[in-house]
Formats: sequence, C-alpha cells, structure tokens
Amino acid sequence: MFTIGLAHYLTVAAILFTLGVFGIFLNRKNVIIIMMSIELMLLAVNLNMVTFSSYLNDLVGQVFTMFILTVAAAEAAIGLAILVVFFRNRGTIAVEEISQLKG
Amino acid sequence: MIAALIFYMFAGLAVVSAGLVVTARNPVHSVLFLILCFFNAAGLFLLLGAEFLAMVLVVVYVGAVAVMFLFVVMMLDINFLRLREGVAQYLPTGAVIGVVLLIELAMSFAGWSFAPDVEAMLASPAPTGGEITNTAALGQLIYTKYVYLFQASGVVLLIAMIGAILLTHRSRSGVRKQKIYDQVGVTAKDRIEIRKVSTGGGI
Repeated sequence: MFTIGLAHYLTVAAILFTLGVFGIFLNRKNVIIIMMSIELMLLAVNLNMVTFSSYLNDLVGQVFTMFILTVAAAEAAIGLAILVVFFRNRGTIAVEEISQLKG
Repeated sequence: MIAALIFYMFAGLAVVSAGLVVTARNPVHSVLFLILCFFNAAGLFLLLGAEFLAMVLVVVYVGAVAVMFLFVVMMLDINFLRLREGVAQYLPTGAVIGVVLLIELAMSFAGWSFAPDVEAMLASPAPTGGEITNTAALGQLIYTKYVYLFQASGVVLLIAMIGAILLTHRSRSGVRKQKIYDQVGVTAKDRIEIRKVSTGGGI
C-alpha cells in the first residue's frame, strides 16, 4: 500500500484514459467537452510514457512525451479554430449539426 | 510513507478533477477542472523524476491550451443547456464502454513485468547517480539523436499556427486602416501645388 510502484501510476493513467472515453460518450453534443476529453486521454498516454521511462531508466519515453505534447497543442489550436469558424457560419456547435462535410 | 501520501493526493485529485471535467454542467467549470487535473499530473511527473516535462506541462497546457479553451468557451455565445440534453440517455452506453475499457486495461497491466534482459535493450539509458539533471540529460538527447524529430515537431507547430490564423482570419470591409506605404510614399508634389498668380488676377 505504501510502496508506490509502476502499477500505481499505470492505474491512474488507465482511470484518466477511461474518464476521457467516458466523457466523449457522455457529452456527445458538445464539441468543446469532447476536445477536453481528448486532452485528458492524451494526458493519460503521457503519464504512461513518463512512468515507463522512469521505471526503465530510459529517457526516450520523455522525449516522445514532449512530441505528444507538441502534437496535442497543435491539435487543440486547429480544432478550436475550426470550431470558431463553424460557430461563425452556423451559430451552433452541436455535433449533429456538423453534417455538411459528409460525402 | 510521505511520498506515498503525496502520490495518493496527486493521483486522487487528478482522477476526481478529470471526472468533474466530463460531468460538470458549466463548460467554464470543466476548463478549470481540466487545469487542476493538469497541475496534479505535473505533480505526478515530478514524483517520477521528470522535472522538465512537469514544468512544460504547466507552461504549455495550463498556460496555453487550457487558457485557449477558456477563451473559446467564453467568447462563443452558446446555449450550453441545450447541448446537455440527452446526457442521461448516453450515460448507460458510456458507462458500459468505460467499464469494459477499464477492465481490459487492468487485465493488461495486472500481469505486467519487464523482460529479464530489458536493461540491454534500452534505447538511451538515463544517466544515473545524479551527476546531471533531468533537463540537461533530455537536452543532450533531443539536440543530438532526435534533432530531426525535434525540428519536425517545430514544423508541426508552425503549420498549426498558420492554419489557425488562416481559418479564423477574415477581412472586414468598411474599416479605416492606416496605410503606411501610402503615407511614406507621399512626395511634395502630391501635397503642394505651385501656381503662378498674375497681379490682380486671382486663381
């Protein structure tokens, strides 16, 4: 109980990832909360990477965590920009209204 | 003992605030709980010895991404109550999928152990003994072995910036702007006209 090991961190990461997936299903209409859920899932993945990096004494995990961080920031910026443009054109952000792009 | 208690505090707060992110009624509260969750995850990173990434997480996520979310939530005039309709209807599906996913992850992690010869297979072993800090070790790796990937991530950020500006920029008509090129390009001829005035004639 009082010796924290690899399994403890992996459990936290797994719970965070599950909460992210749960959030996508729960807030199926609200794109902003869906994007926040995606950020939570990416955070869980980062936690996994850093945990394994720390317990393996291998720095590559931390290097790739930084790259994931970069991609997550870029994804959030582009996603929110698309959201703003969509809201400007249609006046709503409800997911079921976003059906203009279907082929 | 103390380290374990600190771990449980960070882990518990991270999980609780992550749960509140997805269940909060007000999206502004969601963003604030997301910030709390990132702070606690940064604490976990510190406990794991990844000091640089903990600081980067606070600076990049809390300072940039979360504030961007907050900005968008507050800027757009959205009826969030209407968006929350049908949450009770989606709850069972989400809960079932979440529980199944959690069980799967637990099953894959429960029997986890490193291979016996894992020490020989490390890509870049972390320096031990405390003669070099985590930040310095990470820097020595990023700028040598992973320099191309590092540059590529810079390109990703540049393209994201260009894309975001291109998407949200709109040129509005009827705005009076200062045209510096025209102002600088003005010559004396454009401003003053010299006329010969004959005596008693007028212009």
